Amino acid sequence: MFVVNDHRVSLATESLARDVDASGLRGMLRTQRGFRPPVSGTVYASLLNDRAAQQALEPEMRDAPYKAPPQAPILYVKPRNTLVGYGARVVVPDNAKGVRLGASLGIVIGRVTCCVKAADAMEHVAGFVGVADLSIPHASVYRLPIGDQARDGFCVIGPAVVARRHVANPDALALTMAIEGGASFSGSTSTAVRSAARLLQDVTEFMTLVPGDVLTMGVLHGSPVGHAGDRVTLSVGDWAPLRFELVAADAGAGS
Amino acid sequence: MKRARVAFAGAIHEAQPHERGLRLADGRICGEQDVVWLPPLELGTIFALGLNYAKHAAELKFSKQKEPLVFLKGPNGIVGHRGVMRRPDGVTNMHYECELAVVIGRNARSVRRAEALDYVAGYTIADDYTIRDYLENYYRPNLRVKNRDGGTVLGPWLVDAADIPDPGNLELHTYVNGRQTQSGNTRDMVTPVPALIEYLSGFMTLAPGDVILTGTPEGVVNVNAGDEVTCKIEGIGRLTNFIASDKDFNRT
Repeated sequence: MFVVNDHRVSLATESLARDVDASGLRGMLRTQRGFRPPVSGTVYASLLNDRAAQQALEPEMRDAPYKAPPQAPILYVKPRNTLVGYGARVVVPDNAKGVRLGASLGIVIGRVTCCVKAADAMEHVAGFVGVADLSIPHASVYRLPIGDQARDGFCVIGPAVVARRHVANPDALALTMAIEGGASFSGSTSTAVRSAARLLQDVTEFMTLVPGDVLTMGVLHGSPVGHAGDRVTLSVGDWAPLRFELVAADAGAGS
Repeated sequence: MKRARVAFAGAIHEAQPHERGLRLADGRICGEQDVVWLPPLELGTIFALGLNYAKHAAELKFSKQKEPLVFLKGPNGIVGHRGVMRRPDGVTNMHYECELAVVIGRNARSVRRAEALDYVAGYTIADDYTIRDYLENYYRPNLRVKNRDGGTVLGPWLVDAADIPDPGNLELHTYVNGRQTQSGNTRDMVTPVPALIEYLSGFMTLAPGDVILTGTPEGVVNVNAGDEVTCKIEGIGRLTNFIASDKDFNRT
């Protein structure tokens, strides 16, 4: 089971996650160091679930190699070596290319979810979490570019899972990905091709999600590219923001 | 040594082969069909290779690749020996893929191929199903094709790496209802096991329990509800599963 009463947050030095209110969470973020991702399951990310991302690829979709626009949800796994929490220091493998800082919302599963209808989907959700889905920028989405997507630390999650009762409408949340002293990008889950509930319906038609799993609504098109030395903040609505740093390959990583 | 994980009499057990089936860690002897076979380990990251046998790639009309085609799977698809996969009504091409599964035993980062096999805990068999009807050309092969519930049969045994000195020379066979339909040898892999470990650990950290499904040779054919499919790999064992219909899954 995966239950979130208020804000679920996980410290590296503690074996059990804490469940605190919003002000308690902000206090922890000020005074504590070393946060883990506040989730325990598999992280599935959605590709091309932002209308702007689909529109950008639209001119190519009928040509090789794509040949047709996508019909079903397109998913990819962010494996366990990528998962890090608030305050992570993420290594930039190639500073010339940088790292795409994908702003995304994670739907955190609370109950076994198989063949759910959109109308019932939210009853299976424990809460929501900010996900900075990182990748080395790549133009083609024909094959999964595993070396661009699955680097250590390339999925920053947190700081906390926010209980579903605090989220009136997951399909109208503002997301901002800001680089300190640099680019800032803002968007909203309202531009999703599939809403949170519809995504759960279409995904669980062919695969079962279990408590603690995360399904993201996909990276917002236009998310910025960061480089070593950047301090990055992902804000979701008025939630306590997710902060992390990008570091050079020889600087050493940690969280 | 060969080890399985099975459910028996209300608990999960480790088991080893026995002349009458298997022997649980607590000493009880059980028949093969008296237990529920679970995947032989709790899995970490699951890697799968596309087009890693030259003739199979030709069978699917693909030309030579620049680097290995690797995608990732979730744990939802994993089922044990004698497990069941649903074949949706109306699909035209759902096929098995008999694959050598490599289980990582130590953290691996920037490992060279000459030392790569030192990082392997053992081997097992995977039968990784595909429904080609659902293939779309975005992050191909998409999870609707390759990550369906029950679509990755794994087991029956985890065989210690020490018992398989050369994973690059093992015969593979698949039988549908007892008739052989697929035959190959791991020596025909485009990217062999040590090179796969070198490739993956070159950009990410592998950890104990991570599993690499190393691709399938030519000879994949459509299967239907009611079929019994068995994959055999030399020295590792034989892995069976059953194909079921929408009706069997109460989905009509």
